[in-house]
Amino acid sequence: MMPDPSNCTTDRRRFLQTVTGVLTGVLGSLSPLAALVPSRSWALELHALSSADADTLLAAVQTIAPHDGLDAAAYALVIGALDADAAGSAETRALFSGALASLGPAFATMPEAQRVEQLRAIESGAFFQSVRLKTLLVLYNNPIAWQYFGYQGEAFSKGGYLLRGFNDLKWLPDVPAADSGPLPMA
Amino acid sequence: MQTPKPRFDLDDDSVVVIVGSGAGGGTMAHELTRRGLTVVLLEAGRRESAASFSQNPGEAFGQLTWLEPRSQSGTWDPVRTSPTLPAWHCRTVGGTTVHWTAATPRLRPYEIRARSTYGDIAGSSLADWPLEYAELKRWYIAAERRLGVTRRDGNPGLPASNNFKVMYFGARKLGYKRVHTNYLAINSRARDGRPLCIQQGFCVQGCKADAKWSTLNTEIPRAEATGRLDLRTECLATRVEHGASGRATAVVYRDASGNEQRQKARFVCVAGNAIETPRLLLLSESARFPRGLANGSDQLGRNYCHHLNGFVWGIFDQPVYSWRGAVLAGVVEDENVNDPRRGFVGGYHLELCTLDLPTLPLVGLPYGWGRDFASIIDNYRNIAGLLVNGEDLPRPDNRITLSSSVKDPHGLPVAHVNCEEHPNDIALRRHAQTQGQRLYEAAGAKRVVFSSTPPATHQMGTARMSVDPARGVTNPYGRTHEVPNLFISDGSVFSSAGAANPTLTIVALVLRQADYISRELAAGRL
Repeated sequence: MMPDPSNCTTDRRRFLQTVTGVLTGVLGSLSPLAALVPSRSWALELHALSSADADTLLAAVQTIAPHDGLDAAAYALVIGALDADAAGSAETRALFSGALASLGPAFATMPEAQRVEQLRAIESGAFFQSVRLKTLLVLYNNPIAWQYFGYQGEAFSKGGYLLRGFNDLKWLPDVPAADSGPLPMA
Repeated sequence: MQTPKPRFDLDDDSVVVIVGSGAGGGTMAHELTRRGLTVVLLEAGRRESAASFSQNPGEAFGQLTWLEPRSQSGTWDPVRTSPTLPAWHCRTVGGTTVHWTAATPRLRPYEIRARSTYGDIAGSSLADWPLEYAELKRWYIAAERRLGVTRRDGNPGLPASNNFKVMYFGARKLGYKRVHTNYLAINSRARDGRPLCIQQGFCVQGCKADAKWSTLNTEIPRAEATGRLDLRTECLATRVEHGASGRATAVVYRDASGNEQRQKARFVCVAGNAIETPRLLLLSESARFPRGLANGSDQLGRNYCHHLNGFVWGIFDQPVYSWRGAVLAGVVEDENVNDPRRGFVGGYHLELCTLDLPTLPLVGLPYGWGRDFASIIDNYRNIAGLLVNGEDLPRPDNRITLSSSVKDPHGLPVAHVNCEEHPNDIALRRHAQTQGQRLYEAAGAKRVVFSSTPPATHQMGTARMSVDPARGVTNPYGRTHEVPNLFISDGSVFSSAGAANPTLTIVALVLRQADYISRELAAGRL
C-alpha cells in the first residue's frame, strides 16, 4: 500500500535470484482464483525465508487475523510480501530471523490460545508491529478476501451501484423525499 | 482544441507563483488566469486523471497520498497509531480535492466568533475571525455555485443510500431534526460539463466518473484554457526568497529531476495546506526573518487544528453494504451548535461514512488483532458507519515546526507535528461518539465500535488571519502582515476550526482573496 522506492536495491535483486524456501497449499474451491489457475495447488517461492520460517510466520499471521473460512492462499500473499521485505533489507532479515527463532518451530502447531499468549508477549516489538501492519495491508486488499467478506469493491467499470443495490435495504423504512433526493432514473 | 501550454521564463518576474494545486491553489490559479494574470503553479505531485485513478484501494492510496514521513509528538492517538503519517492528504495535481469526500457545509455564525462565544478557555488560543458573517456568506454562495453543491442553489440532494437509511432511522428515533443526504460537491444531476453521481463509492480513490468537483477536473483545466497557466508537476517548493525591500522575489523549488530552480515572481500565493505552508515559510528564514518568513508574530505554525474525528460503526444482524454509494452522503446537523450544557464548547457533525477494505482495519478500527478484531471484519457486510467531525480548540503549542530528526529526500527537514488534546476536545469526542452509539442502538445495532483517532484529513489554523499583526500571520484577506506580496491561500488562515469540513470555506476565502488582489492591483497597492 505504501510503495517503498528504495526496494529495488542490488541486495534485493541478488536475493530474488535465490530460492530459500517454499510455502505450499491448495486453493479452496470457492476461491475466485480457482477458475483462473490450471491447478488448485499452489506454491510460493521464498527468497529470504526458509520453509520452516514461512510456516511459523503463516501461523503468526493467522493468529493476528483469524478468519476460519478464509483461503490460506490469501494468507500466503502476506507471507510473500513479508518475504519480499526481508529480501530487500538485511535489517528486516535479521529482525525476522531473530523473532522467528525465538517463537520456535513448535509455534505453528500450538493451540491458538498459546500462540496468542506468545504473540502478546512480543506485541510491542518491531517484529510483531511490522507483521501486523503488513497483514492488514495485504490480507484485506485482494480478491480472495473481498469475496470472503462480501466486499464488492470498485463499481465504476460496472456503472456504479446506482442500479446495483446502493439503496436496496428493505429492513428499515425509506427516507422521506425532503431529506433524500430524486433517483436519476426515476 | 487544446491550448498550447506556456512555459514562462524563470527570470520572468511578471508571473504569479502559486505553491500547491488543491482547493486553494487550484482555485486561485483559475481566478488569476481568468483575470489576465500569468501564473506558474508548482505542484509537488504527479498529474493523474479520471482514466489513471487506480481502483485498487491500496494502490490508489499510494498513488494520491503525501507519503513522505513526518515526525510527531504529543498526546493524540496518531502519535502512537500512525507515527509517520499524522495527516492523510494528497500529493497530486488537484491536491486533496482529488480524494476528498466532497462534504461542503458552511461554518455557522457562532463559529467565526469562537472567542466571543466560548469565552476565555484556559489552555486554548481561541480567536474571532476578522470578518463579518454576512461577507463570508456572500462568498459561500459564490463557492457553492462554483462547486455545484447539492441542496444549495436549486441543486437536488443525492438519493438516500442503504448506509444513510440506517443513520436516518436512528437519528430520527433520537429526536434529531436536521438529518439529510448532506451538502456535497457532487453532481446529483449532470451539470457544468460533468456527469451525475453513479454511486460507485470510490470517492476517496479519485472519482472516475468526474461527478465530484476537484480542481483537477474544473479549475485547473479552465486555467489552462486561458493559455496563461504554466503548471509544473513534481516540483517541490523549498524556499520563498525576498529582496532588500522585504518583498517576495522568487520561489526556489526542486524540479522533477531533483535540480534546484528559481522562479522569479510578482507575488506569491502559498497553498500547501496547514502543514506544508508553515513548513515552507519556516524553511524560508533569513537574516531579516530569523523565525521564518512573515513570522515576526511567532504565530506561524501555531494553533494547528485538524478537527476531532472518529468513526462509529454499528454492526447489525442484516446487511447494509455500506460501500455502495457516495461515501459522505448523509449528515446529522443538530449537534452543530454551541451548548455548554453538554459539557464542552463548540459543536460537531455526524457524517455518514464507509471505508473500503483494507482501509477499515487500517485506520477505521481501534488498534487490535486476534479473534475479536477479526470478528468485526467478518461482519463487513452488516456494518453501518459514521464519522464525527467536531471543532477542536486551537492551542499555541499544537504546532508545526521543522523536524529535528527526519529529512526529506532533498535533505530538508520535514514538518514536525505536535498535538496535545484539550480537555474540551476529549469531552466533545466522547459526547459525539456516545450519540453515535445511541443512534445505532436506536436502529437495532447488536454492537457498536469506536475507532481511535485517524490521521488528520483537515488541516487548519497555522497562519491565522488577524487584524493585529502581533496576533496572527495574515491580514483578514490572507495577505501576510510582514511581506506585502505574499498571500496564504489555504486553510492555514482559519482563525479557528469550527466543525465544518474546510474545503468550501477555503474556496470561499480564495474567491474573496482573488477579488481583493484584483482591487489591490487596480489601486496600485500590490
